Amino acid sequence: MTNTNFHAFKTLVRRDFTLAMRNRSEWTNPLFFFFLACSLFPLGIGPEHNILERIAPGIIWVTALLAAMLSLESVFRSDFEDGSLEQLVLSPYPFTVLVYAKILVHWLVTGIPLILLSPLLGLILHMPADGMILLMLTLLLGTPVLSLIGSIGVALTVGLKRGGMLLSLLILPLYIPVLIFGAGAVDVGLGGLDPSGHFLLMGAILILAFTLAPLATAAAIRVSI
Amino acid sequence: MDFADKATPALQVDNLSCIRNDIELFSDLNFTLQSGQVLQIEGSNGCGKTSLLRILCGLMLPADGHVTWNGVDIHKERIQYNNNLTYIGHHNGIKSDLSCEENLQFFKAIGNTKDNINTDDILDQIGLLEKDESLAGKLSAGQRRRLALARLLMTRAPLWILDEPFTALDPKGRELIEGYFDQHCSQGGMIIFTTHHVVKLEHSQIQFLRIGHDKH
Repeated sequence: MTNTNFHAFKTLVRRDFTLAMRNRSEWTNPLFFFFLACSLFPLGIGPEHNILERIAPGIIWVTALLAAMLSLESVFRSDFEDGSLEQLVLSPYPFTVLVYAKILVHWLVTGIPLILLSPLLGLILHMPADGMILLMLTLLLGTPVLSLIGSIGVALTVGLKRGGMLLSLLILPLYIPVLIFGAGAVDVGLGGLDPSGHFLLMGAILILAFTLAPLATAAAIRVSI
Repeated sequence: MDFADKATPALQVDNLSCIRNDIELFSDLNFTLQSGQVLQIEGSNGCGKTSLLRILCGLMLPADGHVTWNGVDIHKERIQYNNNLTYIGHHNGIKSDLSCEENLQFFKAIGNTKDNINTDDILDQIGLLEKDESLAGKLSAGQRRRLALARLLMTRAPLWILDEPFTALDPKGRELIEGYFDQHCSQGGMIIFTTHHVVKLEHSQIQFLRIGHDKH
C-alpha cells in the first residue's frame, strides 16, 4: 500500500468511526440484542448449572452471529443512499483499499464490543473462567470473519429495497464453518482436550476471508450501484 | 492551473447504446469531447440522460459500445480515468452527520484535489462560511447542493460530469456555478452536464446533444 493509498484508508476509517460515534444506535442496537437474547436463556431453560454450562458456547456464538448480521446493513447502506458510495468508487484510489477501511470500522464498532461483552454473558450462563478466555479468543478470530464475509452479502444486496431476507440467505451458510469451529473450540477446551486444531482452522478461515472477501465486496459494489 | 498545456485529453464515445428494463433508451451514440468544450445533454424525463452520464463515468456498463479516455477504454485504466474525473450525481454524496467543514475535508482527502486548499476559503466562496460547524443534514436542499458543488472548486480533474447541477440552487447559486464552468473551460477543462435550465456561459460555447427516441 503506497503512502497516498494509506492516507485515503486512514481518512475513511476516521470518517466512518466519527459517523458511527454520532449515530450510536446503528451499533448499540445489535449489541443490546446480543445481551438480551443471551440473558433470556437462563430464564427460559432454568438456572441449572450443567445444562447452561453445556450449551453456553453455542448460545453465545449463535447470538453473536445474529447480532453481527443485524449490524451488517449499516456497512454500505447510508453511503449508498446519499451517493457517497458512488464517490468512493470513482475516487482515484483502489476501491478495495477503501472497502478494507469500511470493514475494519464495522469490526471495530460491532465485533470488539461483542468480544468485550462476552465474559459477562459467560457469567450469566455459568461458564467457567477457562471457557471465557477460550470464548473471547474464538470471538477475536471469528468476528472479523463475520464482518468480512458479511460485507460481500451486503454489497450484493445494497441496491435492493428489501434485501434483508436475501442477505440472510446468502450469508448464513457461509457463517456456518465459523460457528462450528468457534463454538466447537470452547466445547473441546472445556472438555479438557486441546482446541488448537480448531483455532488453526479458524485462523485459516480468517486469512482466506481477509485476502479474498474485500476483492469480492468491491466487485459486488460495482455491480450493485 | 491550465489543462491545455498537456497533450489534449479527449473523451471519445463509440456506438454507445443503453438498455434498461428491456427498453432501449438510446443507441449508436457517437461523440467526442476536446479540451475546453462544454456539452449539455438534452432529452425528456426518463430518456436516459442519467444513465448516459453513469456510463460515461464507468458506474454502469453500456449494452453496446465503449467509452475511451485518451484512446484507452475507461474500464481498463480505471484509476487513471478516475484521476481525471469529477462526477456529481443526483445524490450529493455528502454525509448528513458530518459538518460542512468535515465533509470538505473528506472530499479533499479522497479526491484528486489541488494542493493547499483552505476549506474556509471554499466555504466562503459557496456562501456557507457561517455554517462551517453545522451538520450537513441541517442545511437546506440548496445549501447541500452548494456543498456538493464545492468539489468543483477543489478538484484538479479536467473532466466534470454533472447530473442536474443546478437543481435546488437559487439564481445567485446558478450564476456562481456558471462562473466556475466558464473558468474551468478557459483553463482547458471539459464539462458534460444535464439540466432543464437555460445556461449562459460568457466565454464558452455550449454544444447540445439530444438523446432518446422522442425528438420533440
